[in-house]
Amino acid sequence: MNTPLRRVGLAMLGMIILLLANATYIQIIKADDYREDPRNQRVLLEEYSRQRGKILAKGANNQVMLATVLPTNDRLRYLRQYTAGPTFAPVTGYYSVRYGAGGLERAEDEILNGSDDRLFVRRLSDLITGRDPRGGNIELTINPDAQTAAYDAMAKAGFAGSVVALNPKTGEILAMVSTPSYDPNTLSAHDGIAQEKAWKEYNADKRKPMLNRAISETYAPGSTFKLVVAAAALEDGKSKDDQVTSTDRLQVGGSELRNYNRGFCNGTPNGVSMLVALSLSCNTAFAELAGDLGPEKIAEQAAEFGIGESDLVVPMKVEQSCIGPSASCMTIADKAALMQSGIGQRDVRLTPLQNAQIVATIANGGERMRPQLVKSILAPDLSEISRLDTDSLGRAMSRDAAGQLRDMMIASEEKTGGDGKRDGLTIASKTGTAETGNDPKNTPPFAWYVAFAPADDPKVAVAVVVESQDVAATGGKLSAAIGRATMIAALGGG
Amino acid sequence: MSTPVQGAVGPATGQSSANTDPAAPTRRGTELLLLGFAAFVVSAALMLVEANQEQQLTLRIFWYGLAFLGLFAVAHVAVRKFAPYADPLILPCVALLNGLGLVMIYRIDLAMTEKALRAGREINNDVPKQILWTTVALALFLAVLIVIKDHRTLTKYSYTFGLVGLFLLALPAVLPSFIAPTINGAKIWLKVGPFSLQPGEFAKILLLVFFAAFLVSKRDLFMAAGRRVLGVDLPRARDLGPVVFAWAVSLGVLVFQKDLGTSLLFFGTILVMLYVATERAVWVVLGLSLFVGGAIIAYNLFTHVQQRVANWVDPLATYADAGGGYQIAQALFGLGTGGIGGTGLGAGRPELVPLANTDFIAAAIGEELGFIGLAALLLVYTVLALRGMRSALAVRDTFGKLLGGGLSFLLIMQVFVVVGGVTKLIPMTGITAPFLSYGGSSLLANYVLIALLLRISDAARRPQTGARPRPVPQAPIAEAHTVMVQRPQAERPE
Repeated sequence: MNTPLRRVGLAMLGMIILLLANATYIQIIKADDYREDPRNQRVLLEEYSRQRGKILAKGANNQVMLATVLPTNDRLRYLRQYTAGPTFAPVTGYYSVRYGAGGLERAEDEILNGSDDRLFVRRLSDLITGRDPRGGNIELTINPDAQTAAYDAMAKAGFAGSVVALNPKTGEILAMVSTPSYDPNTLSAHDGIAQEKAWKEYNADKRKPMLNRAISETYAPGSTFKLVVAAAALEDGKSKDDQVTSTDRLQVGGSELRNYNRGFCNGTPNGVSMLVALSLSCNTAFAELAGDLGPEKIAEQAAEFGIGESDLVVPMKVEQSCIGPSASCMTIADKAALMQSGIGQRDVRLTPLQNAQIVATIANGGERMRPQLVKSILAPDLSEISRLDTDSLGRAMSRDAAGQLRDMMIASEEKTGGDGKRDGLTIASKTGTAETGNDPKNTPPFAWYVAFAPADDPKVAVAVVVESQDVAATGGKLSAAIGRATMIAALGGG
Repeated sequence: MSTPVQGAVGPATGQSSANTDPAAPTRRGTELLLLGFAAFVVSAALMLVEANQEQQLTLRIFWYGLAFLGLFAVAHVAVRKFAPYADPLILPCVALLNGLGLVMIYRIDLAMTEKALRAGREINNDVPKQILWTTVALALFLAVLIVIKDHRTLTKYSYTFGLVGLFLLALPAVLPSFIAPTINGAKIWLKVGPFSLQPGEFAKILLLVFFAAFLVSKRDLFMAAGRRVLGVDLPRARDLGPVVFAWAVSLGVLVFQKDLGTSLLFFGTILVMLYVATERAVWVVLGLSLFVGGAIIAYNLFTHVQQRVANWVDPLATYADAGGGYQIAQALFGLGTGGIGGTGLGAGRPELVPLANTDFIAAAIGEELGFIGLAALLLVYTVLALRGMRSALAVRDTFGKLLGGGLSFLLIMQVFVVVGGVTKLIPMTGITAPFLSYGGSSLLANYVLIALLLRISDAARRPQTGARPRPVPQAPIAEAHTVMVQRPQAERPE
């Protein structure tokens, strides 16, 4: 009986070897497939239980934590918290176990979760000292005062829209507001039901609170686009004092193009200077100017301001701004389209960030700086790993032309009403009221205000857009006060 | 394995070469040393769990270790007194497996407690119950060692065992569901108050004892050839009885209790015993064909069998189905995440796998201890079963050989069926991993199995000239067969 027993013994060994071989296959060869399967919660839970880095910004006197973590006793160990949730939501984004991440939380995830190569040495030392791996921190260019002022002004008025403020000399984004906003705290809650409820509510809301209007939505720029036409004209050899038409109507294609007040520009049929035309925002003058310059010069100038750029990241992806239809972004179809584009209508669509870039470029003497949101990346112990490099994206116009355009904008600001003007602060600005929809006369327009200040030594440039609810609204009435409040806050005084 | 019987016996008798030496080493010191080592490993494992789960590290662990050692020291003393020549490796292997099982169950308890706390549910820890079961099982182990002084006495009650075994096996199937509820699709439990028992676990051993005795008494009948067909000696039709019986029992279990695991276990073990008893592979071939036939019929008849097979073929495809591959997929995710080295004890997420502390405990070990840990564990099982097999080889009576071989094979078969199921080598069938999984009946039954193996190994290694006179055997034909061929020659060359 021993022979069969021995054979059974061998069979037993064979069974164990089979198990071992199969375990090798599952745990070594196929391990990565199983580890990375999207249905494997372990990887996710691992990441979410790591101490995520902070998102912070420096205010006038202190550091403001925009996103931090709170240690908890539950499985995820750290709860993401956003101190001034909705105000900074377009910047910070959200971080949700169930719905992933958005905004900076997504764009800078590798730094924040600590997996970035730049944090490697720190990770190694954490490994040796046995400390839990932690994420790196991110300091933003955001000026919390400007951001808060802009958000409060928009939210108090109940506006839907966006405010973007830039430092024209560096390209730093000082404010990036989108209203209505949402509270990312509800999405980062560890209570799955609360998360789901908030997510569904935000997504069902017709006002799209989770849309970052500053970079992900484009609007017809209306009269603010006259700055681009003016810049093209100045670059073409014209000056601010050159005469342009002041006619009350122009035949464009099959329809008539009129001034806002339906009369002659500055009340005279004999022509006006370009400065006056811009300060009064005369449509006919700029439509004709655009028509005379031709589509190439307009498109070229627009491109130099950054319109048509499709790969801009701040580090979130920025929606492309266009002067043509979306299929051929930088092409103007015909003469009629060219003239309508000259006053920022037809197919011209800009993100608020793009419009802010245009004024910032004018403010910076014609040199365009890359817009950036991250000032520095800090290790978990707050030592600096890398710092923002200001990056010039080239010259959009000559210093002289930029100076002339600034003078035109100072004149425009003088003609612009609205609250919030401050003695002793010279602002250069342009308003815009962009008609929208198929029935523009009965659809509430977009109200724009783009500006920079102080005019002689610009430290802040701003673009404000309000999706107005009122057909009779204008940029001056709705947006100027918000833009001014933002700039004054950014300049350090309320 | 073409070695002639005589030569094959050589090493077996070599192992008991000290048979004539009255001062044959009992190796009890080795056993104690190994038990100490097992206690050390278990304590270290517990310490790792505590450290990784951020529990307070206290002297508590030291006491737990001592208590564990104390428990097995009692077993050791009992072995020393009642089976002094027993194999010194068997008990330490069992202690190691049982101890690691307790640590793992405790570790899963911690995770479940956390989960329950968050959900606001009541906490129901399993580890205190398992410690209680271990103590009870060790008491039963003692009782078996004391009561059964010679394994051959079991043959006297073989038919009783067989009947009781069948009765126990059928009990849950025929009892109303308030006392025998269907849990996880199988009706194999008896629920009495807070305790649930699986009578099948005990039936397994009783039937095995019966079958060993039955085969020994009828051995010659099976060895006689029937007709010769195509060069193969077919057994006579009336001798097919035991195979048909085994087939019927396992199929009955499959059909009435939906317990594929036990069914597989029965059939495999009975076939192996039949093969060992008759030394003819044709029985295995015949039995396997019957089983395959039965399995095909079962597959076509029962949807739950089809489901199991589908889950086995691609658990990820049936992941979301009701009764689909979710469990196995989760186990695979855990095994994959563990990889080669594992996440570390207490640092993984084994609680994500359903039934982590019972049927799927191998997945928990594979996740936290990695392939290395799982392989080590499988090797401990292998050592345990091969030591049992070695005792079977060395023991002098056919009943002992058959019983020892059957019990050893049963042990490995259980490991194969459950670990193979968890690692997707074979379709998943719900059975417990011996000594490792949470479950009272399984623990009790397996300790009885170990007590019997120790009894057989004691008989195998006990010097023939020992104090105990051999009782007159009741299977004279079988006995004569072994003695006549081997004894006088094998002893000389040593």
